[in-house]
Amino acid sequence: MPTIYIDNKPFDVKAGKNLLEACLSLGLDLPYFCWHPAMGSIGACRQCAIKVFKDEEDTRGRIMMSCMEGVKDGMRISVEDDAAKAFRAQVVEWLMTNHPHDCPVCDEGGSCHLQDITVMTGHNYRRYEFKKRTYPNQYLGPLINHEMNRCIQCYRCVRYYRDYAGGKDLNVFAAHNHVYFGREKDGVLQSPFSGNLVEVCPTGVFTDKTLKEHYTRKWDLTNAPTVCQHCSLGCNTISGERYGKLRNVVNRYNSEVNGYFLCDKGRFGYEFVNSENRITQPLIRNRTIEAAGHDAVMQHVRTLVSGHTLIGIGSPRASLESNFTLMELVGKENFYQGITDDLVYIEQKIVDILQSGTIHTPSLKEIEQADAVLVLGEDIWNTAPVMALAVRQSVMKTAATHSTEQVPLPAWHDNAVKELMQEDKGFLANITLLPSPFDEISTVTMNAAPDDIARLGFAIAHILNPSLPEVPNASEALINHATNISKALQQAKHPVIITGTSCWSNALIRAAFDIAAALDMNEKKAGLAFVMQESNSMGLAMMRASSFDRVVANVRNAANVTAIILENDLYRYIPAGEVDAFFSRCKNIIVLDTLHNRTTEKAHVLIPAATFAEGDGTFVNNEARAQRSSQVFMPANKEIKESFKWLSDIKSSMTITANGHDKHPDDLMLALESKLPQFAGVSRVAPPHDYRVHGARIPRESHRYSGRTAMLANMTVSEPQPLQDDDSSLSYTMEGYRGMPPSPLIPFFWAPGWNSCQSVNKYQQETGGSLKGGDPGVRLFEQTTAAPVFSKDIPDAYTPRPGKWMLLPQYHLFGSGELSVYTKGIASLSPEPYISLSKRDAEMSRLNNGDPVNVKTNGKTYAFPLSVNESLPDGIMLLPAGLTGLEAQDWGAWVNISTVIV
Amino acid sequence: MTVMQHIWIVLGVLFVFLNIAAGLIWVERRLLAMWQDRLGPNRAGPLGLFIVLADTLKLFFKEDWIPPFADKWVFILAPAIVVASVLMGLAIVPFAPGIVVADLNVGLMFFLAMSSLGVYSIVLGGWASNNKYSLLGALRGASQMIAYEVFMGLSLMGVVMLSKSFNLTDIVAAQENMWFIVTQPVGFVIFFIAGLAETHRLPFDIPEAESELIAGFHSEYSGMKFGMFFIGEYLGISLISAMTVTLFFGGWLGPAFLPPVVWFFLKTFVFIGIFILMRASLPRPRYDQLIGYGWKLLLPLVLLNLLVTGAIALWLRS
Amino acid sequence: MISHLRTMWLVFIHLFKKKVTIEYPEQRVALPPRWRGRIVLTKDPDGGERCVGCYLCAAACPVDCIALQATETEEGRRYPEFFRINFSRCIFCGYCEEACPTYAIQLIPDFEMAEYKRQDLVYEKEDLLIDSQGKYPGYNFYNVAGLDAGVKEKGKGKDEEKPVDVKSLLP
Repeated sequence: MPTIYIDNKPFDVKAGKNLLEACLSLGLDLPYFCWHPAMGSIGACRQCAIKVFKDEEDTRGRIMMSCMEGVKDGMRISVEDDAAKAFRAQVVEWLMTNHPHDCPVCDEGGSCHLQDITVMTGHNYRRYEFKKRTYPNQYLGPLINHEMNRCIQCYRCVRYYRDYAGGKDLNVFAAHNHVYFGREKDGVLQSPFSGNLVEVCPTGVFTDKTLKEHYTRKWDLTNAPTVCQHCSLGCNTISGERYGKLRNVVNRYNSEVNGYFLCDKGRFGYEFVNSENRITQPLIRNRTIEAAGHDAVMQHVRTLVSGHTLIGIGSPRASLESNFTLMELVGKENFYQGITDDLVYIEQKIVDILQSGTIHTPSLKEIEQADAVLVLGEDIWNTAPVMALAVRQSVMKTAATHSTEQVPLPAWHDNAVKELMQEDKGFLANITLLPSPFDEISTVTMNAAPDDIARLGFAIAHILNPSLPEVPNASEALINHATNISKALQQAKHPVIITGTSCWSNALIRAAFDIAAALDMNEKKAGLAFVMQESNSMGLAMMRASSFDRVVANVRNAANVTAIILENDLYRYIPAGEVDAFFSRCKNIIVLDTLHNRTTEKAHVLIPAATFAEGDGTFVNNEARAQRSSQVFMPANKEIKESFKWLSDIKSSMTITANGHDKHPDDLMLALESKLPQFAGVSRVAPPHDYRVHGARIPRESHRYSGRTAMLANMTVSEPQPLQDDDSSLSYTMEGYRGMPPSPLIPFFWAPGWNSCQSVNKYQQETGGSLKGGDPGVRLFEQTTAAPVFSKDIPDAYTPRPGKWMLLPQYHLFGSGELSVYTKGIASLSPEPYISLSKRDAEMSRLNNGDPVNVKTNGKTYAFPLSVNESLPDGIMLLPAGLTGLEAQDWGAWVNISTVIV
Repeated sequence: MTVMQHIWIVLGVLFVFLNIAAGLIWVERRLLAMWQDRLGPNRAGPLGLFIVLADTLKLFFKEDWIPPFADKWVFILAPAIVVASVLMGLAIVPFAPGIVVADLNVGLMFFLAMSSLGVYSIVLGGWASNNKYSLLGALRGASQMIAYEVFMGLSLMGVVMLSKSFNLTDIVAAQENMWFIVTQPVGFVIFFIAGLAETHRLPFDIPEAESELIAGFHSEYSGMKFGMFFIGEYLGISLISAMTVTLFFGGWLGPAFLPPVVWFFLKTFVFIGIFILMRASLPRPRYDQLIGYGWKLLLPLVLLNLLVTGAIALWLRS
Repeated sequence: MISHLRTMWLVFIHLFKKKVTIEYPEQRVALPPRWRGRIVLTKDPDGGERCVGCYLCAAACPVDCIALQATETEEGRRYPEFFRINFSRCIFCGYCEEACPTYAIQLIPDFEMAEYKRQDLVYEKEDLLIDSQGKYPGYNFYNVAGLDAGVKEKGKGKDEEKPVDVKSLLP
């Protein structure tokens, strides 16, 4: 470990870092703009100047940019040197000459890196009195606001957007002091990661347009650590509330999961919490007055529950707590997953693989560090966007590592490394149904039907481990691809295979496992990552409940059935006919949910459940990492409670001996551990609810939180008692422990002098490293020495059937989410329903783009315009999945079409 | 004098002194205000005089609270003692020739006895309140009043020697030619200081010292019980002023253009004014200073005064 | 002893000094223009609300008695959707006025705002907004800010250059 002397004090620092990283890791305040821990240094802003001395004798030293200088043993530098300080102040003053007097109307104000750095350098009075440069702004879509006047030309936005996230449509234009960061012309930013510009931009050029609708400063938000609800990756987020409305979602750094960045769906898809479509009142249907109070509804529910056959249907988007409480209420044998048999089978396969311990499932960070990636069938661009971002980093980093092996350059020297790399790419094989924006960085791409993708997988596995069966009737192309891919995988040290459930094919899962296991046997550390469908799909699958098809079979013979449906719109997962049939067999239907949907319409008793922001909950992500999402705010409406609270109430009202106490999520997790041993460790996801630091709780509000005595004064002038949260050690006040909280309980990032999100530096063990005290979340499955069991069952090659098409879902980042479309901006970006056919199929049916096509499935006919897709394999029909108003289909079934124009 | 006349005198004295005591609420506030360059209460009624009414009403209508931890009967008794003992003291004051409630031949001794009884109200009130501040106040009050009782009595002995009587009418009559302030200046000063201490008025309000003892012995009192202490204090001021006038300033004596009773009250009001002026101007001494001052300075001084007076009296007689 | 008597004499002669009491309802207090009394929200020279809902007054308030919510017109001009001051908590320290970057919030020489009910001391925006520019006539924040919020176009404000033509390479 090299020792460097900073202002004559010796410090041990990590080798291979630059001086800026070293100083920040040591906790020193050194200003910077263009450097970003995820993107390295380019030395553009000249802000991080320090003095470097030749040796002990040298008193003059030289001013250098600390971000461009590597750490050397025995180095002597000065941060506090007067010349260096004057230099930094001067640079800020120059940057500020053209910066407008906008702070009061700028959304960045209060969480602005430029403000922080200006104060930090001591530039507190503006001497410049001349004209300021102005720019026209651009419309960048419904999610991002553009105010170019504020730009300080640090180039972070284009470096992030183009280099890091692979976007194309944001660029830098014009010359000299007129450089302009924007699009060629007005238009929606195309990258699904554009929302990160809000956090990447050190000032207010790019700001959150959804926040602007109900603008609140960072210091006024009641924040809590939450887990993103929109896909299975479980990105860590910080959600902020004010006046009973969720105001924004920002990234919560977790080096193992999402790192610094979120996708736009996660960042902007929070508006459903504030939706007018929320269920706000318990309803008992078929009464003159349907709205009922808490006690009335509990009394009614008791009569429905006792003496009836109970059926519980869990939810892949409800927390573990809620699913487990429902399971406890109805009994394990009566607890079902609200998803089809096919999906349950696939998910069960995934859980079996993970639980067997035969393979390692990588975190997103490990995917970033992988040196060869094979994506098998899963459209991760749409179903797991942050994973796609991680895969992109793996591709770029592998190439960078490859280049710097030849020319010794530090990895953080971004521009130099990029120059050296040129167009070099690491290995990525993207084998999917459809082409994706990913293909341009892929070494191998192939579009095929799911069975053919699985066959390719088995072919690769056979090459890697010849003891596995050969793929019968393999085509030349398949063998070629398999050879290429297996060669690359064999050369890699940390190959990662990614697959998932979006193709509804279990063969894919088995093939992916065979590849990974075969690689593992070759003394490699191979990883196998799965993508699931919903935020807690993994958690529900791990509970190993039966499928919806099973419950339909079971209720057929039962009488007097009361079904309790937990936060699950069955019509999204199950074809409508089957759901209707099920409901017609149920005497009573009790539904707990947050938003009105087709399932809640069928409910006899409808109970308002809390959203993720209004309740605590534990969610298991795709790598079986259990993570706690904390309550951000208590709804003013006392009828809205977490589902597990409602269910506990129902349970305790059934038994006379129950003590009637509200159960803490802690208690539920302990009970879950003892009932279902596969969840061992889940109770450690967060400190217990009675955790205190020096007797103090962790405050959800910043010390600057304003309006405490006026917020509610319009209702009554006497301030109410602060809300009491007994479920966690976070408090609803400004008072409490202000130091470093345990990582699962970080309600927001803030450090003295660092008001912006850049304060995360202070929470990390080293810049870009883990959070102090370790990253939050508990991985439930780790690799053991168990021997893999390979699959022998290789599917036949896919052959189109005349006049029939295999119906498969097409997921859309914007539109397929059940909850995210309640954000107006996301809804406006979501596609209209369509039917996709291959070019040859369209020609054979004499159809053109846009022609209305009727599809018959499950006895129903749907009419949608045709969208011809040239890359789609023949014989497959795609329907967008999960769009609002679209019913769930029997994915994987064969359908026919008619072209009768209605 | 007929019985009827006696009853009229008794009622008259009661009426006048209770009204004076009440009126002092206003007088004290106005005077204090003027000495502090303010105006004082001037809103309620003419010259703000109705403040007296307002204050009394307020006291009457306040919740008369007896703390549950208090010694109930003693707690009720204490404020009655202070008013009763002071009113009894007033019985022997001759306001004008013939206008006196009880023309006792041991009038001075009766006055001293009554003023000594006043200490019971403080001790009992403080004790019954069952509160550490009240008890501390009571302790201070007891030791202060017992100490100053001694010099009060002794300081008056010079007057008794010169007038050869304990009867106050006789004492006034003995000042026909010369007020005793001339012959007994030291006696007057010591009596006045002792009087201040007896009424525990500022600067000698050590038993209640609001900044240390939060009202001391009457911390727990409210409503009319507190009002009794309040009135008792003003009655005490009036009594000491009246006694000062009687003993040293020739009582009702004065030029004939005003009736004697007017002279008496005029002189009394001057001393009431001085009481209030002392409150407005002097700081409160420390408790140990007060007691030390009494025993170490006033006691030798009063004895010396007695000795010199006695010697001169004997010399004049021979 | 002598000093005590002297003290008493000095206090006594105050009886004849001029009294400082101002008999308020009949006699009015002369309030200087910078007196910190009732809080008002002022308007721009063009009659628009000056408040841009920046939340700085609320953050500066030591008793947290200011609550507001910012919103925007179609043109992008910020204004408070609601603006509430709980005068039963206000200590008239004037920090809000000091923090206000647009001269919107001002403390004026008026203190006669007593109420019988505490609830009546909660002032909403309608109660706070006055039709005047207050102490700073002629000032319009949007003329000096870079933002185009319908008040002035980009480049038309004070000390602003014409907007950059991105396509031009001229210096």
